[in-house]
Amino acid sequence: MAKKLMKGNEAIGEAAIQAGVRNYFCYPITPQSEVAEYLAKRMPEVGGMFLQGESELAVGNMIFGAAATGERVFTTSSSPGISLMQEAISYIAGAQLPAVFANIVRGGPGLGGILPAQSDYFQSVKGGGHGDYKMLVLAPSTVQEAVDLMMIAFDLADKYTNPVMIIGDGMIGQMMEPVEFKKPPPMALPPKKWAANGCKGRDPVIIRSLFLDPLRLEQNNRELFVKYRRMQAEEVRFERYNVEKGNKVLIVAYGTTARICKTVIADFKARGINVGLLRPISLYPFPMAAVAEAAEGVKAVLSVEMSMGQMVEDVERSVLGRAPVGFFGRVGGVVPTPEEITVEIEKLL
Amino acid sequence: MQKEVTFAGFGGQGIMSIGQFVAYTGMEEGSEVVWLPSYGPEMRGGTAYCTVVVSDRPIGSPIIQNPQYAVVMNRPSFDKFEPTIKPGGLIVINSSLIDVKSRRTDIDQLGVPANEIAIKHGLPRSANIAMLGAFVGRSGIIKSNNLKKFIEKKFGSRREVLESNMKILEEGLGIAENSQ
Repeated sequence: MAKKLMKGNEAIGEAAIQAGVRNYFCYPITPQSEVAEYLAKRMPEVGGMFLQGESELAVGNMIFGAAATGERVFTTSSSPGISLMQEAISYIAGAQLPAVFANIVRGGPGLGGILPAQSDYFQSVKGGGHGDYKMLVLAPSTVQEAVDLMMIAFDLADKYTNPVMIIGDGMIGQMMEPVEFKKPPPMALPPKKWAANGCKGRDPVIIRSLFLDPLRLEQNNRELFVKYRRMQAEEVRFERYNVEKGNKVLIVAYGTTARICKTVIADFKARGINVGLLRPISLYPFPMAAVAEAAEGVKAVLSVEMSMGQMVEDVERSVLGRAPVGFFGRVGGVVPTPEEITVEIEKLL
Repeated sequence: MQKEVTFAGFGGQGIMSIGQFVAYTGMEEGSEVVWLPSYGPEMRGGTAYCTVVVSDRPIGSPIIQNPQYAVVMNRPSFDKFEPTIKPGGLIVINSSLIDVKSRRTDIDQLGVPANEIAIKHGLPRSANIAMLGAFVGRSGIIKSNNLKKFIEKKFGSRREVLESNMKILEEGLGIAENSQ
């Protein structure tokens, strides 16, 4: 298939269609409204359902209800809207249902701003809702990668009967890049015996996150963590960029920030200074072993983020003292420039 | 080789569109491309700008502080982006609306009476196409033949609009050629 030039938001919408999603619920918010705009037009063309809810709170619970039927369900929002969905996400995780969320992150806290940020790392990775649960969190750094991750996100949600979060930022949503829609290799998925899709000729199923018997609730928690351990074994994704022996500094960065760091690394290379980049693609499960390995023998590790310092905590617990870990971040919608990252790295050389 | 350009003007002048035309054509030529709009809290009639990067290798940072080229269609855009151009770069100025020239001696500049050209050919809204022609003709960022093919595809369903746009484009390309 020929490459198309598409805006990240539109490409995310099209990828959902290609992945077989026919149920999309949304509430508009900058900088992701083009996903809704695109799917409002596209869903009816494929016989799917586009529904704009009255609020993100409602949308989250529509996702919960629709997911219970075993259908592929999807929503997109941006930071404040995703906050409103946290209750539903916790319920979906507790009830063990598959659903895909995409967060095109903007600056916070509160209503914040509308420009790119990565300050929802903790919310996505450490659990923004209540209770012991995890989402599988995937962070694209190009429009093509946003498409590729979207195409597998629904399979992964089905594989683990668990919510999956695609975390982009305003830049990924707004920029246009060439994309190709390639079908990923089919994944062996378990039958959806749990789906509440009519019980004619079989026993009814009950979907719930309420377990008043503490031992039964403990058992549910243990089941969840069996899945999370399996994710840690099977779903760690990352990119090593210029990671080699002789790296003076290792950068850890994801999403838009990572591609800015690639420009920095190319400039250092031209000056004969070797800097590596470990780019986590799965933020949960975090590529701890890969970060640790890449940090061997470097003078310092630098976590670069559009936050006040969130992922750096996972970098620290991965590096475990092998090298000092530094942090550089810009926030509020300010995107770090290659020049200012260069200055930070020079301090570490 | 990576080439970067900022297109800037009033909202409604077609800045975003001509940036996309360059990105599309670059992609068709097999280059890596990124088109990045400004999407801050803008208002109708306010300034709009976008950045396009065309490269023979994967593009790192999509944010360009100092582009090689700038195409500016109004005075505020001239004031904002003229100082940011890399030495040795180029600024294409809409001389219909901008009554100053760059005083920099380390960049090339090209004035285009874009609004007059567009009005002359009966499509006042296509001043951006004159700017595009002059910019592509002078910078060589994409091949003018490929750009023409793209314009043909883009406006092909409306014969008259296509013909007028082609004339406007040719006149822009001509300005670039004749001022060499």
